Amino acid sequence: MLEALNDVYTILWVDLRFLRRHWRSTVATSLVNPLLYLVAFGYGLGRGISFGDVGYLEFVIPGIIALSAMSTSFSGAGSKLNVDRLFYKSFDECLMSPVSLYSIVVGKAAIGVVRGLISSFAILAIGVYLSPVLNVTPLFLFSLFVSCCVFALLGVLIGLVINSHADMSTFSNLVMLPMTFLSGTFFSLSALPVAAKAVLYALPLTHSSESLRAAALAQPFPWLSLLALFGFGLVFFVGCMMALKRNSL
Amino acid sequence: MNEFIITEKFTKCYGKVSAVQDLDLTVYAGEIFGFLGPNGAGKTTTIRVMTTLTKPTSGRVQIKGFDVVKDADKVKKLIGVVQQHLSLDRDLTVRENMEFHARLHHIGSSERKRRINELLTYVELNDFADRMVDTLSGGMKKRAAIVCSLIHEPEVLFLDEPTVGLDAQARRRLWDLVRRLNADGTTIFLTTHYIEEAEALCGRVGIMHHGQLIALDTPLELRKKLGAVTVETLVDNKETRYQYFADRAAATRYVQSLPPEAKTIIIRDSNLEDVFVEQTGQKVGDN
Ligand SMILES: Nc1ncnc2c1ncn2[C@@H]1O[C@H](COP(=O)(O)OP(=O)(O)O)[C@@H](O)[C@H]1O
Ligand SMILES: [Mg+2]
Repeated sequence: MLEALNDVYTILWVDLRFLRRHWRSTVATSLVNPLLYLVAFGYGLGRGISFGDVGYLEFVIPGIIALSAMSTSFSGAGSKLNVDRLFYKSFDECLMSPVSLYSIVVGKAAIGVVRGLISSFAILAIGVYLSPVLNVTPLFLFSLFVSCCVFALLGVLIGLVINSHADMSTFSNLVMLPMTFLSGTFFSLSALPVAAKAVLYALPLTHSSESLRAAALAQPFPWLSLLALFGFGLVFFVGCMMALKRNSL
Repeated sequence: MNEFIITEKFTKCYGKVSAVQDLDLTVYAGEIFGFLGPNGAGKTTTIRVMTTLTKPTSGRVQIKGFDVVKDADKVKKLIGVVQQHLSLDRDLTVRENMEFHARLHHIGSSERKRRINELLTYVELNDFADRMVDTLSGGMKKRAAIVCSLIHEPEVLFLDEPTVGLDAQARRRLWDLVRRLNADGTTIFLTTHYIEEAEALCGRVGIMHHGQLIALDTPLELRKKLGAVTVETLVDNKETRYQYFADRAAATRYVQSLPPEAKTIIIRDSNLEDVFVEQTGQKVGDN
């Protein structure tokens, strides 16, 4: 167990080195999208809209935190793995070493979690400053951490199954981008027809934004959504292991 | 001699293509074994299976008695690998890459420092240790890859086409490094499509063609079997004919017996290229 953790750190170590060299640009680029959303939707569009007694800004900030957790964790884990595997070929070095496949998957996901947390905390700091109503509770932080893990694992999974750089951006545009807008990040799902709800609850980001929002606004916490996130994480992890096994055939 | 790598009926297929077919091979501890063959012969595929990256379709591959599929964990501790394409992390310096490899192999921090410095000196990369990998010349990149693969003191080192793309000087330095490593006790398994490289470095050579082992022996024996001396004659001014003889005397007798109009006659020592051409009807450079 201790060795497995040590191995996870070894895999993470390389990517942390890179992050340490390039942290300014890395963090800055990951903040651009969420900040744009915050300005365009929170201030531009959302002025005057409110849900019950919650203003739109309070409503939308947890959603934006969820989506920045998603996109940074996903691309933080996925793009580096993509480069390591297809371009540098340094991923083979991990596979030929005594480090177990489990540790490799967790280690490769870990950099996504680190980067996801960094940019979510940056957005969170701005959000709390703009809207002091937000509660940063342990449950909020836990949901944020779980969300980062889920999307980092998804990044690793996609990084393992794709065979070119272009595939990565195809996946981002076809799956990640629609998810960004539809998963209850910018609007409430409660008013939607049942069929639409059924589809949207099949997306992990929906559960992230619901959990984060409930925790931040001190609403009843959707434990099922948290459970669903664990389920997604497990499925992605198993998918990663299967992809690694398949790649060695 | 101790058997170190053994393959039995090892076959690897990709879809319908069999990259390696029914390979029976034994590599002995302490030798420099060369796998010679043109592009697509199945050399890299063989190394990928021996180094646990890919699983064989059928047959068995063992290293020091450990099966590369079932005992992959044990095999991984024994092997060092320098892949055909640079596989270092180009966002890191040489030293950081070495540290990464040392961590992957669970080498503690003080031991790590000692070995990194020792190895950097061994391959004369001290002055470049803190440079980013991408800023190094081709020969230095290769040496950097080699030191990374040596950090856990492997018993066998796999080198996949180690000198492709290097200039003549860098190639000779690398050959010397390989010889030095072998003299210090490391078994070497290398692949190449350069005839001179196989002849200069390898104790024994296996010649691969379309996934099959078509010859296996010391370079000297391979040449002897073919005929140690080659005579090249030009037929009708357009086609070169090659004939092989046991020694110079036999070759000279043959040349003297030729009709006077026979042209451009060369008498020279046979080489592995001749062996390859005779076995396959192709040149090593052809595909
Ligand atoms: N991952 C792969 N998928 C499909 N075919 C492959 C793969 N790797 C190698 N091959 C095929 O197997 C054959 C042997 O390739 P390889 O082992 O790379 O040869 P060499 O290293 O001797 O040049 C070639 O025909 C190549 O196209
Ligand atoms: Mg090759």
